[in-house]
Amino acid sequence: MADTGNNDAFVAFERVQKSYDGETLVVKDLNLTMPKGEFLTMLGPSGSGKTTCLMMLAGFETATHGEIKLDGVSINNIPPHKRGIGMVFQNYALFPHMTIAENLSFPLEVRKIGKSDRETKVKRALEMVEMGAFGGRRPSQLSGGQQQRVALARALVFEPELVLMDEPLGALDKQLREKMQFEITHLAHNLGITVVYVTHDQTEALTMSDRVAVFNDGRIQQIAPPDELYESPKNSFVAQFIGENNTLEGRVKEIKNGIAVVQLDNGDLIDAKPVNVEKPGDRTLVSIRPERVEFNRDRLKPDAHTLKAEVLEFIYMGDIFRTRLRVAGSDDFIIKTRNAPDQRRLQPGEQIEIGWLPEDCRALDAPQV
Amino acid sequence: MSDSTHTGPMLAADGTPLKRSLRRALRAQKMRALALIAPLLIFVLLTFIAPIVDMLFRSVENQIVGNTLPMTVEELRDWEATEVPDEQVFRALFFDLFLAAEAKEHTKLGSRLNYEKSGISSLFRTSGRDMGDIGEVFQDALEEIDPAFEEASTWVEMMSGGAGAEPNARLMSNQIARLEALEATTFSGDAEFLPGAAISDILPNTARAYAAFAAFTQFVDGKSVTKEEPWEAVYAALALDLEDPATKTAVASYAGPGADNLRAAAAATLPPIAMRDAFFESNKDWANVTFWETIKTYSPPYTTGYFLNAVDMEKTPQGIALRSEDERIYGILFQRTMFMSLMITFSCVALGYPVAWILANLPTRTANLLMILVLLPFWTSLLVRTSAWKVMLQQQGVINDVLVWLGLVADESRLVMINNQFGTIVAMTHILLPFMILPMYSVMQTIPPSYLRAAKSLGANNWTAFWRVYFPQSVPGIGAGSILVFILAIGYYITPEIVGGTTGTFISNRIAYHISSSLNWGLAAALGTILLAVVLILYWAYDKIVGIDNVKLG
Amino acid sequence: MKLTKTLLATTALTVAAGTAVTAQDMANSLTIVSWGGAYQASQDKAYVQPYLAANPGVTATWDESSAEAVAKLRAMNEAGNITWDLVDVVASDSMRLCDEGLAMEIDHDEMLAAAPDGTSASDDFGDLIVSDCFIPQIVYSTTFGYRTDMVPAGTEPPSSVCDVFDLAKYPGKRSLQKRPIDNMEWALYCDGVAKDEIYDVLGTDEGVERALAKLGTIKDQVVWWSAGAETPQLLADGEVFMGSTFNGRLFSAIAEQNQPIAMLWDMQSFDLDGWIVPAGLPADRLARVMDFLKFATDTQRLADQAAYISYGPARTSSAPLVGKHADLGIDMAPHMPTDPANAGNVHIYDYEWWADNRDDLDAKFQAWLAQ
Repeated sequence: MADTGNNDAFVAFERVQKSYDGETLVVKDLNLTMPKGEFLTMLGPSGSGKTTCLMMLAGFETATHGEIKLDGVSINNIPPHKRGIGMVFQNYALFPHMTIAENLSFPLEVRKIGKSDRETKVKRALEMVEMGAFGGRRPSQLSGGQQQRVALARALVFEPELVLMDEPLGALDKQLREKMQFEITHLAHNLGITVVYVTHDQTEALTMSDRVAVFNDGRIQQIAPPDELYESPKNSFVAQFIGENNTLEGRVKEIKNGIAVVQLDNGDLIDAKPVNVEKPGDRTLVSIRPERVEFNRDRLKPDAHTLKAEVLEFIYMGDIFRTRLRVAGSDDFIIKTRNAPDQRRLQPGEQIEIGWLPEDCRALDAPQV
Repeated sequence: MSDSTHTGPMLAADGTPLKRSLRRALRAQKMRALALIAPLLIFVLLTFIAPIVDMLFRSVENQIVGNTLPMTVEELRDWEATEVPDEQVFRALFFDLFLAAEAKEHTKLGSRLNYEKSGISSLFRTSGRDMGDIGEVFQDALEEIDPAFEEASTWVEMMSGGAGAEPNARLMSNQIARLEALEATTFSGDAEFLPGAAISDILPNTARAYAAFAAFTQFVDGKSVTKEEPWEAVYAALALDLEDPATKTAVASYAGPGADNLRAAAAATLPPIAMRDAFFESNKDWANVTFWETIKTYSPPYTTGYFLNAVDMEKTPQGIALRSEDERIYGILFQRTMFMSLMITFSCVALGYPVAWILANLPTRTANLLMILVLLPFWTSLLVRTSAWKVMLQQQGVINDVLVWLGLVADESRLVMINNQFGTIVAMTHILLPFMILPMYSVMQTIPPSYLRAAKSLGANNWTAFWRVYFPQSVPGIGAGSILVFILAIGYYITPEIVGGTTGTFISNRIAYHISSSLNWGLAAALGTILLAVVLILYWAYDKIVGIDNVKLG
Repeated sequence: MKLTKTLLATTALTVAAGTAVTAQDMANSLTIVSWGGAYQASQDKAYVQPYLAANPGVTATWDESSAEAVAKLRAMNEAGNITWDLVDVVASDSMRLCDEGLAMEIDHDEMLAAAPDGTSASDDFGDLIVSDCFIPQIVYSTTFGYRTDMVPAGTEPPSSVCDVFDLAKYPGKRSLQKRPIDNMEWALYCDGVAKDEIYDVLGTDEGVERALAKLGTIKDQVVWWSAGAETPQLLADGEVFMGSTFNGRLFSAIAEQNQPIAMLWDMQSFDLDGWIVPAGLPADRLARVMDFLKFATDTQRLADQAAYISYGPARTSSAPLVGKHADLGIDMAPHMPTDPANAGNVHIYDYEWWADNRDDLDAKFQAWLAQ
């Protein structure tokens, strides 16, 4: 894990395009650089191009245009088995005819590593994923979680600097998945390896990654650390895709002092932070996180715009309360409040006034209909 | 849990032991399940198990000799196979053969024994015709002494001992049983005639011969014994009985019906009984000791003879020996069948594997289209396909014509590609290929492409990835296909018959020959049984080496 | 005998009461087994169709199973269900069926029609009644044909059966039947054994070796056939120069298909083909079969058959009635194996001898082939 040169571009996609049929591009002009040791997640709905990108990096797909570089060297023409990239597959792809130890030994054998060395490495890798006692078993004799660990160990046993993971936790139940998320990140950081992780599960992306690249329609919509992605989505797709979101449509009335006043379609005025609106008159989609909505007038700035709302439904969810409101003609405005001793439980039918800090409310591009 | 504190069996709610009520519940379930599969079970039993059992039975069954010549076989028991048997044996043979000839069963025995020794067929056929002539001498002599012997009624009276005489029912039922065995049927109804006990004691041979005649007349001919003049054999039997001075004495003091006629016969001089000479005169081969050896060797009701024959061996009086070299054929054929079937299996694997791989890796639509091409041969008659190969491969055939036209082969040295092993392997590989492709394809379809990718990502090149990861997973398909093709190939006979010539024929061709031409079904059954055993052994070996659960048809 | 009496009684009744009674006592269908092809067609045209025309309401079904007749009859007999009424077999098979008790014994004079001049059926058929169960129909022969265009230039065409063994004079492949019968006799004959000593020699181990050794001289030039149609096809394709088959097959290749093939009649091996009646038929079916047989084996019908195929009628009285080919209009007599011009040197095959030695010789022959 020696530090070599330009860390910022350990993995680089330069103007990469991919088309399968010669008519439509599934990956459009992708540019991406990753420093060494980073845990990057490619997140997006299915068909967004994230898996294709991963496969191009692994070498199972070739880029139609552009260049993919690993450690500064173009790998476009290097066959997959010479790239030295570890990979964990969606269904683990453990070889069913080999034992666990043989599965792990396989990458070492093809690298012509001596027998005793192999045995040590296999043992170490299995212990690393707490599977030391299972070397003699067959994959079919293991549970899903155990197979997952073995797949991980196999991808790591030959000490690759880059490991790719293609929705590796998709087949596990929720509890196990959360445990594994933690273990994988932990391992990755301990070993200092660079990881490209593909998932369509945003929680997974947010909890595990150093940075998340949100894919849609063959493009990276935003690439940022999880908090930034969540709190400052750059466009309405990201805002809607990451986390829960309330949206209101309207037109920018004025922008001043870094605050945009938006007139909603029913005439109400609200304050928002202009993100990608430029001038008064632009259509905009205003987005506000449910947990940032405030109905206690005392906690709002005195001059803040507020909206009238009617409580439609109160849902008790244990750690939080979830309340559905009718706001500005929309029936699915959600607010979330923490279950605290002093927290008020809203009753359906109650008329309240809601507001928020202007920086929590982001005026984004209106989606093209 | 409280039940566990009880001593003794656990009880169900109604007090019956739990085990029993569980068994009852399960039995009902099992019966229902059994009823569901009963039609299939019966079908399999009737069409599969029964013929195999029948085949196994036929391969050792040899009751025909004992059924046709029971007395002769008995007499031969102590015969040392060194010289031609004595008069006693020939006398037994006369009565056996006489009855067999009447029942027209002697030629069947001749055909049976002719498989073991050439010439027995005509020996029995010709001598069977002469039995009447041999016995007629005694008939004529007796009828000359006392014309009453011409009358059917005289005989019935005499042999039954008259009304109210004590019958010898056992003698009659023995003769009926013997006839049933000979004709391979069962007769219904009571015997209309029963020999008298007293006369049976005095004239044992006559009583036996007459009982046989009576049984045959009633049950086979469907006539009344009271209206039929006895066979010549009965007269011969009487002459035989009267040969003994003790019988003459007994007859002198006998008072039953026909006693006068018997006394007259006893007093006269009857022609000498020389059955041995009579048989020699009928056919000189009876004086050939090797024919007798064959009869004795094959007299037990079960024989290993067919199996020995099937492995190029034979029974001789000195024991079991290998056949002479110019008669050994089955060893060669079994070896050849194995070798060719293996060759065909290998060529099917070699040709089928890439095809199956392509099919498994193409998009479904294209794969289905190609699959039709693979299955196309199934829609053509086997005979047509085989004959087409003949047209392709013969010396004036398409391939040779093309080679000559291309100048690759001189016109006078056209390649011989048919009527030999090559032609058989080519034609059979073509015919059996789909049986190899289908299981391989269905197994390959289940191997996800991610395994190959995983292998490559782990650093394996294309070949290693294929050989270490893909190939082992496709082995169950190869196994299934190979077993299928091998077993089909081993039993093929139409194709080898048409294109095999002399070097490409299989053991099945000989089986077919023995079934339909030589009618030696026993040998055919033995060959078939060996073939079945070979397949089972190979199957077992495959299970030991590869593991039968490693065979997948899909 | 009882059955025959019943039959005769029925016939007498028929005369008295008219044909309606006959129809009631006889089955209305006939299942006839034959060889298929041109031979079966000749039977159909010469006597089956005329019989059906004379007996409205009767139907005939053909089964082309004669090649496996013995095995099938045995299987039917074991199963106790005889579905055939009348079976066309070669003479040797009729003997085996008779030996096995699978065919009914026939009283030729009583059951078959006499010749027009009053000669009894048994005298008319003469020696051709080789078995008690056999009703002869035709005399055919197994003989050779050769490609006229493949005779080497400057050499006269083959005229002796021994030319088959002369590879120097007549190079090229030969086709022979894949069985010892005929081939062994020809081999010994051409190895210098006198015709009337052939079977004596063949009865010894040395004789068998001698015959196989002679066949061995041409073994690698032989294509062995098992179906009669193969030799004409091999000749037509030019695959072989000469080959043995049934003379009728060669006739149709020569006369009907105009192939460049000629007959070699020398040492043709005479054989017979005829009817047998399966043993154990029910009375009504047997009555129908007997009625048909009397018609189908009379002098005229057998002569008629020769108009469709070049096989000689088995009755002496039919020979003068043989006319022209029904379609080609050529005189059939010169194409008959029995024609004096063709029968100068013939081989009479010994049924009894082969019945005894067939199994043994076949084993040796097949072992020799397989080596």
